[in-house]
Formats: sequence, C-alpha cells, structure tokens
Amino acid sequence: MAAAAAATAAAAGGARAAGDPLITEIQDWNSALGEGVDAYPYGKPSEFEKGVVRKSVPWLTADPISSINFTPLHELDGIITPNGLCFERHHGGIAKIPRESHRLMIHGLVEKPLVFTMADLMRFPRENKVYFLECAANSGMEWRGSQLNGCQFTHGMIHCVMYTGVPLKHILAAAGVKTNAKWLLAEGADASAMTRSIPMEKALDDCLVAFAMNGEALRPEQGYPLRLCVPGWEGNMWVKWLRRLELGDEPWHHREETSKYTDLLPNGKARRFTWGMDVKSVITNPSPQAPIKHGKGPLVLTGLAWSGNGTIKRVDVSIDGGRNWNTARIDGPSLSMALHRFYYEFDWDGSELFLQSRAIDEAGYVQPTKEALRAVRGANSIYHNNGIQTWHVGPDGVIENVEVT
Amino acid sequence: MSKSLKVLFAVTALAAFGVVSGVNAADTKKVAATSKKDASSTTEQVTKVSTHQLGRLATEDEIAAWDIDIRPDGVGLPKGKGTAAQGEQIYGDHCAVCHGDFGEATGRWPPLAGGAGTLTAERPLKTIGSYWPYLSTVYDYVRRAMPFGNARSLSNDDVYALTAFLLQLNDVIQDENFELSDKNFTSIHLPNEKNFIDDDRLSEPNYVKNEEPCMSNCKPDKAKISAHAAVLDVTPENSDDKEDGANKGGVE
Repeated sequence: MAAAAAATAAAAGGARAAGDPLITEIQDWNSALGEGVDAYPYGKPSEFEKGVVRKSVPWLTADPISSINFTPLHELDGIITPNGLCFERHHGGIAKIPRESHRLMIHGLVEKPLVFTMADLMRFPRENKVYFLECAANSGMEWRGSQLNGCQFTHGMIHCVMYTGVPLKHILAAAGVKTNAKWLLAEGADASAMTRSIPMEKALDDCLVAFAMNGEALRPEQGYPLRLCVPGWEGNMWVKWLRRLELGDEPWHHREETSKYTDLLPNGKARRFTWGMDVKSVITNPSPQAPIKHGKGPLVLTGLAWSGNGTIKRVDVSIDGGRNWNTARIDGPSLSMALHRFYYEFDWDGSELFLQSRAIDEAGYVQPTKEALRAVRGANSIYHNNGIQTWHVGPDGVIENVEVT
Repeated sequence: MSKSLKVLFAVTALAAFGVVSGVNAADTKKVAATSKKDASSTTEQVTKVSTHQLGRLATEDEIAAWDIDIRPDGVGLPKGKGTAAQGEQIYGDHCAVCHGDFGEATGRWPPLAGGAGTLTAERPLKTIGSYWPYLSTVYDYVRRAMPFGNARSLSNDDVYALTAFLLQLNDVIQDENFELSDKNFTSIHLPNEKNFIDDDRLSEPNYVKNEEPCMSNCKPDKAKISAHAAVLDVTPENSDDKEDGANKGGVE
C-alpha cells in the first residue's frame, strides 16, 4: 500500500498525495458557506436520510384514509422513536383540530359532567412517561407464514416516545366517579368517532391524557391536540383526538371490540377484551432492509424488546435458528412498558445465519415460537402475534424473512 | 463561521450551560425525591390542587349532542324506526359502492353479509351475520362513522332502516316489511353471540411462568427453512405492480 501510494504520488509529480479524495481533496462543504440559522426554523432530518420514512403496504387496506403505515425500525437506534416516524393508523383520516377548538367532555356515572378546554387541562398536574404503543395487529400478517421482507413491515406497527399529559385519574376525580361506574368509553373527535371500552381499574391506574410527545405537541397524525395513553395495552385503545369520556356500568361492545380486535381461535370461538401486549422482540439490524454489506468480521446485531407486563428482564439471541442462544446486552434505559434496546456483537465468519431473538419480561413470560402460538391459536387470530422472528442471512449478506424447523 | 467566531460561540455556550446547570442541580434533587414516591405522591399533590374547580359543567344539550353511543342492552338507542325495504334504498344510495349490492364487499372494503359456518375454515369470512355478537354494534357504528366520508349524515330512522336491511342481508330476518325500532331492537340476537369468550391466554402452555428456556443444543439438526417471504414476494418495494397480497393477512 505504501509502495503503491508512493508510485501514484510519483506519477502525479508529487503534487498530490494518494488516498480517499473525500479526505485529500477540499469538498464543497469545506469551502462554501452553508445555510444560516433560520433556514429550518423547525428542523428536519438531513436530506441524505430521505429514505428513512414511514411506509405502507397498499394491498393491506381498501383506502389510505383508513389504513396503516409502518415505523422504519431498521433505520433507528436507542429506544425513542422520532415523532415523524411513529407509525400511523387512522380510520377516518387525520383530523385537523385547532387546539382552541378542542373540548374534552366527561359524563355518565359521575357526580358532575364536565367540559374542559385544552387550557383547563394544562392546569392539572402532569406526568412524563416513556411508553411503547403497539398495534394489536403488529406481525399479524405473519400468522400464516413469512410474508414481508423487512422488520418495518413485520414489526413496524410500534413506536415509543415520552408522553407528557395528565393522569386520567385526576380528570376522573374532578368529575367524581360514582361507585357503580365500572367501565369507561373513550371517544375520538375524528370522522370515525373511534371508541373503545376500558375497565375502570385500568383508567384509574396508569392511563394518561397526553398532549405532548418527545417534548413537542402531539403530531396531528398522532391525535393532536389530545390523545389517550393506555400503557402496555393494544394501540387501538389509545384513542386519538380524544373528545369524550363516558362512565358506565357495562362495556359498550363497539365495532373495534367485536368485529375487530377479537381473536378468532381454531374452534370458532373468539377471545374478546384481549387488551395486553405480550413480551416480544425483533432484530432490527441486520434484517432484510438492512443487509450486511461489510463482509465477515465484527458485526453489531441490534434489536428491540418490549412487554405490556413491565420491563424486559433478558433478551437472548440465536444465530443458528434457535439451536443455541447467547444473552444479549440491554443498553439504555429499562423503563416499564417501554421499548428496550439490545445489542449482541460477534465476529461473522461469512457463513449462513439464522438470526432470532427471544425476550423474557419481568413477569417471567418468555417470548414463544410461532409454532407454539399456532398450535394453540391456529392462524386466524390476526392479533397478538408475538412469536419469535427468523431472519436468514446468506453468505452474500442478503437477508430474508423465513421460518425454520 | 470563522475560527475565532466558533471559539467565541463555544465560550458563550459553556458559560450559559454553567449557569443553567447550577440551577438544575437543585431541581434534579427535588425531582428525584418526588419520583421515588411516584403515583402516591402525585395523588397527594393533587389533593392540594383544587382540580375539582377545573373545567365547567356540561350542559344537557352538549351531552345529548355527543352522547351517541349504543350498548347491547339498548342503552343509548334513540327513538325511531325503519323497515328493511326502506333500508335497501338507503343502502343502494350510500353503501353498496363499497360493501357490494349484497354486502359481499368490493375491493378490500369489509364484507357485511355471508360467511355463515366459515369461522373454523381456513379462510373465515367475518361479517355481521357470521361473526359480530351484537346488533347494537351495527347501529352504533353506522350512526357514528358511516357512510365513509359523510359520517353523521343519516337520520336515526335511516339507521334503523339500514340496520333492518343488514339483518335481511344476513338472513336474520326474511321479511322486507320488517320494521326495526327502539321498541323491538333488543329482541334481535345475532347468530354468533354465544361464541365470544374472555381472554384466557394465561391458560396457554407458553405462559407457564418462570420457566428457564433452553440455551444450548436446543434442537438436534441444522436449521431448515420451512417458509420464505420471498416466495410470496409481497413486500412493497418488490411488488409495486401487485395489488393483491398473496396471503391477504389483513390488519384492521
């Protein structure tokens, strides 16, 4: 190398040393001035990261107004999802509501029915909580077999942000909960007037009426100006554009909790009120959208783990399809009902790999295999698929979503 | 930015941070002390704040305007009525374009009728007749969210008529002159009502708690691929021209 460099230098008459022109030559950004401080009054990602975006799967739904897109998990690190990349699911499109025009009503089995403006809500004591939000249908396309090449599509109906909001129990206390109130109906102000029934124990426990995510106001597509947070429970219950809370003595059995978000079992019976999200993990890198390009040698394997039961106690990683497991390293905050980031560093010898991750939560539940889930639930459940994912790595570093025996 | 300007900025920034961090140290201690108590301390604080004075009383008219939810026991049903024949007309005008003339659906819009006996089949068809447990869900959902793109445009009588027609499409009633009203609504039961059970996931084998999973030599043979995503090839970047997912695993 030194000899070659010397030869090149000699050939060029010694005017310029050989090497990477990005280093040896003066680049535009070294000499020309860049843009000033107000070029981006509200900043945005580098133009060179324009491929890092939410994506949808057009054939999944009839219309983009009532559809879903996916968080690009393979492009992210740490445990916090940037607000602009949190997956979206709308049933009547994005409601655009001026914060001054928004109202929250609470009524039903309360001492006094109340109406709050956003300004009123800002006078309640607030909390900051980091929570994951996962759609119950996340990985739902994989019940019958491997279908989509990319963790963005197989596992991207999830995000994790720090919410700022008012504990729901404060609002309930302000209205005065009657003793016969056992259920709460949360309703959105959008064109689908989304509703879900929530048991009062959960409402009084840890639900949050949030107005900010990661420090800024909620994004419109995430329910601006107000949404419900139901930690550890399926995303559909986190009603966006939250406008109404009604207390009652029975659940409502509305569309989302009867025709949808009920889990059909092989015997024709269906589970309802399957709220909790189970222990789950996925390797985000390497993965089909993030193949190995550097060849053999040091490799950083990383992924995400989470559980609606609390924190993640341990994550194991297998590179041989579940024959042998190694405990991965969880790095960063380990917060209850939040995403956890894990790493497993090893030297890749350039041979074929079958990558898997298996999470264990603080309640002791172990992430099951897809076979174990199918053995009990069949393939028609749609929701709550937390089975172990397998990525096949070829010697060329190309990666595919597969299932293995 | 010149070198000297950069240095100047760095010094200014450091000074600013120095001042701020001095203030923050005291705040951090307070926060740490509060967070240890967590939920209980927040409740204590709230009792010191007059949150019961926040907001204002909702008026009866305001509650009536928003309180549109219906329950299986009939709570929330507005007064009104409509026949299946009237509903057929409304359905043709507002619903058939997406849900099909007979509730069979067009494209990927949800089917509303058919599917009887398919819940144990490989491809279940989940409709009002085959799957939904309660008729109240139909009334509630149509009233709050339909027609798609023109929600809240139907009268209460229109929704009774439509609901009656959907019963006819699903063979729950046969007579097009059948009139559904707030009076007879709760006497109607859908075929699949009895087949819903509460969440019993914890009874599944994989929920057995605290079972230490196998760490080495867990399977005898080298891993073999049993299913490829590439075979289906329905990932968006690879299949721009394909409108149909091979496995059609819907999300909803």
